[in-house]
Amino acid sequence: MAEPVLLRYVREPDQGEIEAYERRGGYAALRRALRELSPDQVTDLVDRSQLRGRGGAGFPTGRKWKFVPKDAPVKYLVVNADEGEPGTFKDRTLLEGDPHLLVEGIALAAYANGVRTAYVYIRREFYEARRKLETAIAQAYQRGYLGQRILGTDFSLDVYVHPGAGAYIAGEETALLESLEGRRAMPRLKPPYFPAVMGLYSKPTVLNNVETLCCVPWIVREGPEWWLQQGPPQLYSVSGHVDRPQVVEAPLGTTARELIERAGGVRGGRQVKAFYPGGTSSRPLPARHLDVPLRHEELAQLGSMLGSAAVIVMDETTDMVKVIARVCEFYRDESCGKCTPCREGTVWVTQILDRILHGRGRPEDLDLLASLARNMTGTCFCPLGESVPPSLRAGLEDFREEFEAYIRAAREPVSMPVRLHLGAPAPGG
Amino acid sequence: MLSEAVKRDIEALRGRYPVAQSALIPALLRVQEEQGWVSPEAMAEVGRLLGLPVEVVAEVASFYTLIFTEPPGRHVVQLCTNVSCMLSGAEAVRERVERALGIRAGQTTPDGRVTLLAVECLAACDQAPCMIVDQQRHGPLSPEEAARLVEELD
Repeated sequence: MAEPVLLRYVREPDQGEIEAYERRGGYAALRRALRELSPDQVTDLVDRSQLRGRGGAGFPTGRKWKFVPKDAPVKYLVVNADEGEPGTFKDRTLLEGDPHLLVEGIALAAYANGVRTAYVYIRREFYEARRKLETAIAQAYQRGYLGQRILGTDFSLDVYVHPGAGAYIAGEETALLESLEGRRAMPRLKPPYFPAVMGLYSKPTVLNNVETLCCVPWIVREGPEWWLQQGPPQLYSVSGHVDRPQVVEAPLGTTARELIERAGGVRGGRQVKAFYPGGTSSRPLPARHLDVPLRHEELAQLGSMLGSAAVIVMDETTDMVKVIARVCEFYRDESCGKCTPCREGTVWVTQILDRILHGRGRPEDLDLLASLARNMTGTCFCPLGESVPPSLRAGLEDFREEFEAYIRAAREPVSMPVRLHLGAPAPGG
Repeated sequence: MLSEAVKRDIEALRGRYPVAQSALIPALLRVQEEQGWVSPEAMAEVGRLLGLPVEVVAEVASFYTLIFTEPPGRHVVQLCTNVSCMLSGAEAVRERVERALGIRAGQTTPDGRVTLLAVECLAACDQAPCMIVDQQRHGPLSPEEAARLVEELD
């Protein structure tokens, strides 16, 4: 197994101290960039590394940076440290274990994009991560890696940590910007599609995830070819029914079977029933897909996605109806309420799943769920409501017999005609 | 009434942003650190400091689950109930903790000691089932360990 890259030093207890970080090669990439590379050359290195955003959307980072207008007088960098996709804990691991890696990534991204002010939007529950990050930022200021005229050059940068206050939706990039502007975290209408063109305070804004930025110092230091040779390195958060849940660094495209093995195998030596490959917003896959490379392209073909690369493992004893109901409840509670299909759809879906689980399911409920899934897709400002249908579709297609068993066992099977005409105008109305 | 220290900090927060309203959430959290919650009076005062109508302050404060618009207990326990924790026994932990405190999730003990919140993924699935007591994360927890943690709170 190759030496890890992103996780190489996270378990060193002193890695959060700047001397230790420097001793292990830290800030060499920033020094090199400021001395030898133009901002465009830094962007070019990132582009050639084929780095894709690690927050969930998987957009190519280099391309995102190239959207930023060069001549804009004011631009911002915003770091998304609002890690909240269920099953994902790799950003927290990086923040707590190697905070200077993020600070160096921020400085490089700011240099590449001509940014002078950066905000790190960090979720409120990351108490320890925030303390570590604030310490690292203060140390970086003292050493001249942040602040005015960094390392004696014309490049200046201020970095501020901005706390969230409990809202999953703030992880969506336009909702995050709303929250950072001091409002409710409700997604913005698109277009404009890219904050790179119009973002924070309507100014061009580079918005990147923690892990994405933590890749940048390595890419600048060792070069894009080296980076690609390493896998490229990808963090998978492996949890659920595994013996040792943990963040596993593995080459992009590693299979779930290998990741489960790296996490100590399935708990109790049981068999896998299913797994989420990319957080609960991705479509969960049955065990027959354990050998699929967990990569954007292959997962898209299966109607799923790599998302935040959170692999949630469920063994053969798992009640899939319960899991899917819990997932839908999560989106119901976290819906910001702006768009009707998401606000109402998540409530209806959970009501139906709740009655199925409580012995009051009706035979027509499964068609009703399928119809709701269709009507929640492509009808909202942001992907939150759209995160429910993948779980429902998997339930109805891959685990249908579990739903049917609940309905068959219903104590008082009451059949009711379905009167909802979703997606089509009501008769006479 | 906000203390002078809080007022000073809110002024400093305001200086970090080109638009004063950006300081609103950090300011409300700063108030909460000192007072435990954000009262209607505190909202009005924060609004005055940042030049915002109190309706705007209330609208924002009421959106976020970790801004408390009612006084919580002396300790706040956040118990994760999302999928990875659920698969690792979070339901049993929740039942045991509820029994230990004599309340349901979402409630505060009658003596004002503990508020128990059932929360979504805390991004600590390597420690599932996990919970945060005030600002300290714990996990993986057995139901008994979790009960002991909340019973020890004063």
